[in-house]
Amino acid sequence: MAATSLPGTGLLKGLGVTIKHLFREPSTQMYPHERPDLAPRTRGVIALMDENCTVCMLCSRECPDWCIYIESHKETVPPAKEGGRARTRNVLDRFAIDFSLCMYCGICVEVCPFDALWWSPEFEYAEYSIDGLLHEMGRLREWMDTVPPPPQLDEGAELPAEVADAIGKVEQERELAAAKEAEAQQAAEAPAEGGGEKAAAGAAPKQAEIHVEAGQIDQETYDALIAEGKSERMARAKAKAAWVKKEKARLRAEQEAERGGAGGGDAAEQPAAAAGDAGDGDAADTGEAADAGAAPAKRRLSDVEVEGDGEIDQETYDALIAEGKSERIARSKAKAAWVKKKKQEQLDQEEGG
Amino acid sequence: MMESASVTAEVIVAQAVSIFDVGDGFVLPVLIKLVFVLALFFVLPLVGGYLEHKAMGRMQARRGPVEAGPFGSLQLVADGIKFIQKEDLIPRAADKWVFAIAPGVALVPAMLIFLVLPFGPGVFALDLELGLFYALAASSVSVLGVLMGGWASANKFSLIAGLRAGAQLIAYELPLILAAIAVAVQAGTLSLVGIVEAQANFLIPGTEINLWFVFPQILGFGIFFVAALAELSRPPFDMPIGDSELVFGYMTEYTGIKYAMYMLTEYAGMISMSALTVVLYLGGWQLLPGVPLPGCEAGGGLFDCSPVGVISGVLITIGKIMALVFVMVWFRVAFPRLREDQLQRISWLVLIPLSLLNLAVITVAKVVF
Ligand code: SF4
Ligand code: SF4
Repeated sequence: MAATSLPGTGLLKGLGVTIKHLFREPSTQMYPHERPDLAPRTRGVIALMDENCTVCMLCSRECPDWCIYIESHKETVPPAKEGGRARTRNVLDRFAIDFSLCMYCGICVEVCPFDALWWSPEFEYAEYSIDGLLHEMGRLREWMDTVPPPPQLDEGAELPAEVADAIGKVEQERELAAAKEAEAQQAAEAPAEGGGEKAAAGAAPKQAEIHVEAGQIDQETYDALIAEGKSERMARAKAKAAWVKKEKARLRAEQEAERGGAGGGDAAEQPAAAAGDAGDGDAADTGEAADAGAAPAKRRLSDVEVEGDGEIDQETYDALIAEGKSERIARSKAKAAWVKKKKQEQLDQEEGG
Repeated sequence: MMESASVTAEVIVAQAVSIFDVGDGFVLPVLIKLVFVLALFFVLPLVGGYLEHKAMGRMQARRGPVEAGPFGSLQLVADGIKFIQKEDLIPRAADKWVFAIAPGVALVPAMLIFLVLPFGPGVFALDLELGLFYALAASSVSVLGVLMGGWASANKFSLIAGLRAGAQLIAYELPLILAAIAVAVQAGTLSLVGIVEAQANFLIPGTEINLWFVFPQILGFGIFFVAALAELSRPPFDMPIGDSELVFGYMTEYTGIKYAMYMLTEYAGMISMSALTVVLYLGGWQLLPGVPLPGCEAGGGLFDCSPVGVISGVLITIGKIMALVFVMVWFRVAFPRLREDQLQRISWLVLIPLSLLNLAVITVAKVVF
């Protein structure tokens, strides 16, 4: 008979397991004496970001215990534009969660489409009276300060929509500005030549394009926003946008300094119109004149006008998509790449011709 | 209690002299013995309960009580105070009188056992000639309180639990008594003090080696201990409480002080059954087989002791009792509860035949040697 099948072996094993545990350090956390070691996203209490709430009532309808109380009224907002239509808007009057009924299922947090409800790990809100567990809007807002930042994005993950939007916008602006500048330059320099076919010997085209990597954040903005009590996600997104903006401004300032302070500064500010629109020639001329001192015949990429602003460089686009970038980013970058390529081609032609 | 003690004392002749028999009067020794028995009855179960809390906690990777008193040692005192404060609820359909006296019926016999338990040289209230008989008889009365409580609660869970307790008692009383008889046969006496003395003087035939009864009767020891666990409804034989099936068994409807009385009965039962096991098999207040206590002259170094001998004897006995309580706790943590039919089968098909065999072998050996 095998040893394991002897009667009583199992009983002895059981005794062995328990006696082993007798001499182990217990896993108790001495809670009131020391802070418990909770998981960072513990479901302690629900916080409300009331600015985000649109009174859509989804949370209160989905709550299995019906323990969310919402009261609101409608307000008429005057039309934004002259002659527009007046709109109505919901204003939150009361938002309360009765934690004596809540079963911490998290459905309300899950269902809120506007990120107005959040889990906070705070759990020390016991009361001597059950009515104390009905947390009104102010109290729920205060819990917001204890909501931990969302976890970091994974390496190579898609950027949050707001960050991607900000980057896309900046790139588009930059591209338009470059196009406008180029066009202005061209109009001033070679009005007769119809599109700038002239060669520029020994051209070493300088990049007027302001390229800004969106990976960094502006620490100052970030700290300020965090201090204001904003969530980390929001602060990060805004700080990233701020960094991009700053960097762009810096680069632009550098270029302007190079070009004698005139140049495309104005053009960059204004979202430019369609191609073929003649810019203000004087400014461009002055900028060019400063540059021309060094290499009179040189032409820059930004000086070249390119038609067909809407097209994209398929190669760049595919490469970016393959890299896992979002379609929006890939598209805007590919557009920029197409414009650049076109300009380069034109320059080469001019040089060659 | 005093009355019953004096009645039994008239019927049964007292044997050894207790150290509490001071002076010539009647009242003083009786008072001292009363205080002694009550003190033991209320303190030892608390110590046993604390041991259970702590050991069970540690075995389950917890700490057990930590807040009340040093290392949580006063937890059961705090619990007792809490129980006294609680509202005393009686179900409307309950049989009020039976419901009310049932915890007392369970508690008093558990207390009466302490009368005859020897805790050291001369440290006992009474040494009855029929001490073993008396102790086992008193211990089986407790189940009456359980049955009464289960019946009177007007609750089907309580009723089932009470009947289970009755069935369990009948099934396990037999192996318990048969195992104890074997000890009485070997010792040649039913007096508990006499049994301790017999162990101190028992030599392996033909040698000079002194042995406790646990060695020749290891089988009987096992049977007695298992049957005692079942008698006390301790896990893994706690079907009368069986909280996963019967809510809290016969205690379901009890609150406050009555509930506390049932709990005290359980812990007192653990102590008295452990004490009986120590007396019957583990040599009473002897430290090791053949080792006399310091300052003790008579009876193999177990009697006529100096104060040092008395105190060390008491400490040794209590140490052994607590070790057995620890084993009970250990079993509780390690083993799952048996099914009701398994419980009955173990008793009737395993323990009773084995204890009969044990008795037969011991009797034959006693006659031969
Ligand atoms: S977590 Fe609480 S408040 Fe939210 S849906 Fe669940 S029960 Fe309702
Ligand atoms: S689901 Fe979100 S936005 Fe809608 S009412 Fe609830 S908290 Fe407000």
